[in-house]
Amino acid sequence: MRTSKRWLAALTTTAIVGVASAAQAEPITIEFWHGLGGDTGKALEKITDGFNESQDAYQIKPVYKGNYTETMTAAISAFRAQEQPAIVQVFEVGTATMMNAEGAIYPVHQLMDDQDVAFDEDDYIPAVASYYTTTDGEMLSMPFNSSSPVMWYNKDAFEAAGLDPNQPPETWSEVAEYSRKIMDNGYECGFSIGWQSWVAIENFSAWHNSPIGTKQNGFGGLDTELVFNNDLVTRHIADLREWQQEGIFQYGGRRGESLPMFINGKCAMWLNSSAYYGGIKSQADFEFGQAFLPHYADVEDAPQNSIIGGATLWVLRGKDNEQYQGVARFFDYLSQPEVQFTWHQDTGYVPITTAAYELAQEEGYYEENPGTDTAIKQLSLNEPTPNSKGLRFGNFVQIRDVINEELEAVWSGDKSAEDALDSAVERGNQLLRKFERQNAS
Amino acid sequence: MLKRVHFKHPVLPYLLVAPQLAVTLVFFIWPAGQALWQSMLVEDAFGLSTEFVWFENYLALLSDPQYLNSIKVTVVFTVSVTALGIGSGLFLASMADRVIRFATGYRTLLITPYAVAPAVAGVLWLFMFNPTVGILAYLMHGLGISWNPLVNGSDAMVMVIIAAAWKQISYNFVFFLAGLQSIPRSLIEAAAIDGAGPFRRFWTVIFPLLSPTTFFLMVVNLVYAFFETFATIHATTSGGPANATNIMVYKVYRDGFEGLDLGSSAAQSVVLMLIVIALTIIQFRYVEKRVEYGT
Repeated sequence: MRTSKRWLAALTTTAIVGVASAAQAEPITIEFWHGLGGDTGKALEKITDGFNESQDAYQIKPVYKGNYTETMTAAISAFRAQEQPAIVQVFEVGTATMMNAEGAIYPVHQLMDDQDVAFDEDDYIPAVASYYTTTDGEMLSMPFNSSSPVMWYNKDAFEAAGLDPNQPPETWSEVAEYSRKIMDNGYECGFSIGWQSWVAIENFSAWHNSPIGTKQNGFGGLDTELVFNNDLVTRHIADLREWQQEGIFQYGGRRGESLPMFINGKCAMWLNSSAYYGGIKSQADFEFGQAFLPHYADVEDAPQNSIIGGATLWVLRGKDNEQYQGVARFFDYLSQPEVQFTWHQDTGYVPITTAAYELAQEEGYYEENPGTDTAIKQLSLNEPTPNSKGLRFGNFVQIRDVINEELEAVWSGDKSAEDALDSAVERGNQLLRKFERQNAS
Repeated sequence: MLKRVHFKHPVLPYLLVAPQLAVTLVFFIWPAGQALWQSMLVEDAFGLSTEFVWFENYLALLSDPQYLNSIKVTVVFTVSVTALGIGSGLFLASMADRVIRFATGYRTLLITPYAVAPAVAGVLWLFMFNPTVGILAYLMHGLGISWNPLVNGSDAMVMVIIAAAWKQISYNFVFFLAGLQSIPRSLIEAAAIDGAGPFRRFWTVIFPLLSPTTFFLMVVNLVYAFFETFATIHATTSGGPANATNIMVYKVYRDGFEGLDLGSSAAQSVVLMLIVIALTIIQFRYVEKRVEYGT
């Protein structure tokens, strides 16, 4: 019915105005591949629907392509087959791969400039913007869903153990101490961790202002080397192993598989992304809170600031100018404070522009939902240093696999923290050399 | 002896095999050739810069402890899946063969798992064995067995072997049952009259007569364990923990599709292809000679 009406309208318009305007009748479809399923995927569709209804010329078509890794590789294979979408969502660890594919990507700052759409990089929160800009300060991809790891904790468990539910532990020794008290009160474990490389190595290093790799964590060039097998990280992994043997810490999988341990009330604390807010809120039947990541009290610069995870939107080359005009308008729409605020509320991702953060404060969102600003507070705790503005290593998807494997060898007792980290760095460096060679121009 | 047929027209025989040749060319030779070509390249993910490196990717594999580990894991996994799948299939088939009442019902139930997709089977077992929410893990903890496939490599291996073999048992069951039913009753009765107990009858009469079936199933199960268990691994352990279940097919996927290292991934798939060719040749040249096909 709709089509026939539109056709009729087009016919009428053609009759009156002339042939030229008939082309305007059908909006231009722009494909947008993403890796967000479930509730987050629905929240994303709410945004694209909002854009599609706001004007007639363009239609953004979101396509779910599986998890982040699958989405990224699907886009790359599509590019090789010249069937690529105009926009693809790529997770933060794919940044180096994308930015080195100069012939394939259309940098966002250039796109906005070419399409005459206003775009100011200073609108974005520094911890987010710095991750995706070149050393010259040019933004390569469009920030979209950024998160940061936080410490989720079970307030009921704290109360039962005689701890103040509004005073979560701040240091690692407190985490251990509180855990013991909580476990004396019938809980099975103190805390668990998800995305261990991101939480226990990448963010742990940034939080303590310690380098993950040379050359400003890879920002300074492809000839970077990993250095996270230092005393600080080794100490942390060794501590975790000890706490694991004591039963305080329990490992529950590489991504978010340990979520049930927290939601079922088995472990009282959980270190993982702030983007689990929606999931925890709908499933946990206890009072929970969000707190800053713990730090070691004797490390001078800690806490510094945490680094982001999540994804940005990359534009791929090989499309018509008309499509790029639509992409630019869509990006402009995305950065509107209202749109960002809605997205922040629906998902738990941080508001990526200063204006959206201020809007959330004005609306009293954080008073009504205490703790939901934890991630953004962590990210903007201090001005990012070369050690804490993020990381940009090639082949980092594989390097994270390596780190996962080596850490699992620690948890199973096959390797000491020192051996595992040395071997992770050695294997990671081989992958960095491979990337350097593959991308040598 | 086959009769030799002569075609008068010189082109006709070629025309007759042309469709088969075309299919082989398009679906086997061409992709295999591409894999061979790709395996000698070092390339970035988008294919924007390419370097030809001869056999460097293969040499890198040989000196990669992760790859050697993956070979070891594959051998353990394949042999276990095949043995468990064939053993259980044979056991269930010989039990079902004796059942007269409700036989169809039992058989249908036993055959059902084969219809389950590998990924679904994997997730099913993953849930049952999950240390936090799984029923089997709960029972085992109750019995005092420490079980954690997320941390312990051998636990994870046991889990994927069970998940992979469980799916294949039904298939083996069907073939063994058919094999058992084609054995003449008179042979078994004769052995019984001679005083052979059920166990002896099985090993000296029934099992040898089943050898063609067993041989066929061995080939099928080996190929299954080698190539089709990808989804099971992907859905349960993703090759972890610490690479304990990273079988070769899974490593090809991980390095190629996740790591975007197409050169190394292609080299691994070429190695895999050679292994399968070798396995097939060995089986048909040596093992098959020991098999008695009934008359």
